[in-house]
Amino acid sequence: MKRMSIAEALREGIAEEMARDEAVFCIGEDISVPGGWGGAFTVTLGLEKLFPDRMIDTPIAEAGFFGVSVGAAVMGMRPIADVQYGDFLLCAMDQIHSNASMLRYMSGGTVKVPMVMRAPVGATGRGAQHARSTERFFVGTPGIKVVAVSTAYDAKGMLKAAVRDDNPVMIFEHKLLYGSKGARAESGAVDATSEIPEGDYTVPLDKAAVRREGSDVTIIGWLLMAHLAASAAESLAAEGVEADVIDARSLSPFDYDTIGASVRKTGRVVIVEEGPKTGGVSAELAAGIAERFSDSLKAPVVRVASPDVPVPFAPVLENAYRPDPPRIIAAVHGLMR
Amino acid sequence: MGTDTIKKYEKEFLLGLYERMFLIREFEEQVKFLFLEGVMPGTIHQCQGQEATAVGVCTALNNDDFITSTHRPHGHALAKGVSPESMLIELFGGVTGCCKGKGGSMHIGDVDKGMLPAIAIVGGGIPLATGMGLAFKMKKTPQVVATFFGDGATSEGAFHEGINMAAIWDLPVVFVCENNFYGASTHVNKVTRLKCIADRAAGYGIRGETVDGNDVLAVYEAAQTAVQECRDGKGPVLLELETYRITGHSRRDACQYQPKEERERWKNNEPIGAFGRVLVTRDDVDEGDLEAIRSQVEQTVVSAIKVGRSAPEPTVADLLTDVYA
Ligand SMILES: Cc1ncc(C[n+]2csc(CCOP(=O)(O)OP(=O)(O)O)c2C)c(N)n1
Ligand SMILES: [Mg+2]
Repeated sequence: MKRMSIAEALREGIAEEMARDEAVFCIGEDISVPGGWGGAFTVTLGLEKLFPDRMIDTPIAEAGFFGVSVGAAVMGMRPIADVQYGDFLLCAMDQIHSNASMLRYMSGGTVKVPMVMRAPVGATGRGAQHARSTERFFVGTPGIKVVAVSTAYDAKGMLKAAVRDDNPVMIFEHKLLYGSKGARAESGAVDATSEIPEGDYTVPLDKAAVRREGSDVTIIGWLLMAHLAASAAESLAAEGVEADVIDARSLSPFDYDTIGASVRKTGRVVIVEEGPKTGGVSAELAAGIAERFSDSLKAPVVRVASPDVPVPFAPVLENAYRPDPPRIIAAVHGLMR
Repeated sequence: MGTDTIKKYEKEFLLGLYERMFLIREFEEQVKFLFLEGVMPGTIHQCQGQEATAVGVCTALNNDDFITSTHRPHGHALAKGVSPESMLIELFGGVTGCCKGKGGSMHIGDVDKGMLPAIAIVGGGIPLATGMGLAFKMKKTPQVVATFFGDGATSEGAFHEGINMAAIWDLPVVFVCENNFYGASTHVNKVTRLKCIADRAAGYGIRGETVDGNDVLAVYEAAQTAVQECRDGKGPVLLELETYRITGHSRRDACQYQPKEERERWKNNEPIGAFGRVLVTRDDVDEGDLEAIRSQVEQTVVSAIKVGRSAPEPTVADLLTDVYA
């Protein structure tokens, strides 16, 4: 066992998968430049020393290298494509949406696209274009599996499961959870370290995680919001309200077994999402819960999300944009009334 | 930068170039300090060492000409006439900043000064410039747009698509590539087989030119020619300005991917010192003139920082405004 940050756990997971399977390679901008940073958040730092031929630094060309990844995957390689910020997935959107996600289906099941895509998201003082929570654009894209990792343990296990999966898997990571060190450290970072066991393990791509148990209300979040939901739940416990906290973790498909078991127990649901409320991931999740478990619901599902605006720069505005424990607690109070 | 060239121009014009370059340097150095001190929020990409590209190009533009910029926009903004106060307020997240605190460092701009808020998606500003040029042509105005981007941006599809459309429609766009030899940590030689970026112009059937981007007068003259060609309907033009950032890519970058010897060489050739050394070869300029300019600029920046630090913050109600026109 050793304590690791998400950045370190991902790095170890990638290294182990590359050692295990020669078809696995990393591709992206600034991922393995000597004297560089190992990608924007240090995840691939130093891997070029272990795998000099399988760490591919690209030009700044997201549509290009995501397309390259799809092509290589179709031919039997297992690329791990890295964007520096989740916002730049949109530059590659056509390759991801039109090609990666559909080739399997269009080919009548004759082609497979075993690629992993990694994208950091979240508002972190950088202004509107380096801040979006882009998972909303990929949930609801048939053919792609979408996960969001909020602990180092999950990060390593899900990365390994994603590499071994025969489908395109998008892994969302949060800038404030990486635990990047040195010059790449983030202010406002939240501790997401875990004890990482020795040896190989994977975490399934389609299972939510129950982070805390309680019988009064279910609070669902992912990435940073899973942490804030847990901290809100601690405050609620002090006033006698016991919350189930679920880290949704698997965003496509959702794990309605785990979520459903909680909803049946509590009958009350708050979903917390960083990102505009309209058309967000929580909209789909709320609808899915309502369709499946309306008999158990004591009140309509409540969402705590960002307002329908781009991410602002000024710290006061950004803090107001990002859901926080007081807003989660207020939503629970509203439900318990 | 010859002592002959320097004699062609009025003293005031030349000292103006020096002053604007030094304003950029001083602004960036003070902002760097404020960041490292931790009093300024966010992240920054700075342009120390690249002052001649911004000043040389923007000096060749009229007030109603436009520029687009990048994640590294402070120099472009100052050179185009955006006020240091309104920028510092913005950097501190103040509501009276040039983007009301909503943009921040990477989206600095002021349309009244002819600068679109900077686009931080690499290459993203290039097609916008083509569209602005299209508007000028359709509206039959004599305006020109200069679009700044880095060597790294020339690998993006947006570069190819934007420049090609400007070429086929003869649009008044000066494509200004600030080749500082690195896109983040990646050397330009790793991302193109071409010896120089200006060679790409041939692929679009337009004129391209490589210029010493640390020579403010060379940049100015090349930009002036390009701007005139655009106004005459013979545009677009691709200018490659060779320069170097003598600071990190972003905050706290130690630049370990750059050879020390290379960094030193460029530091010794940074554009402000180089220009100053040539300026004082004129009979009517001495070190005292330059010193006076520098201390006056330092005062300007000090008082702008004061304004920036004490500017009022937005209120939470401001979060919801400005989404739609
Ligand atoms: C589409 C996109 N991809 C990646 C980035 C991350 N990024 C920011 S600056 C930069 C390097 C840009 O290099 P260059 O165009 O040469 O400009 P310079 O930084 O040298 O001024 C990168 C990769 C980005 N902002 N946008
Ligand atoms: Mg560059």
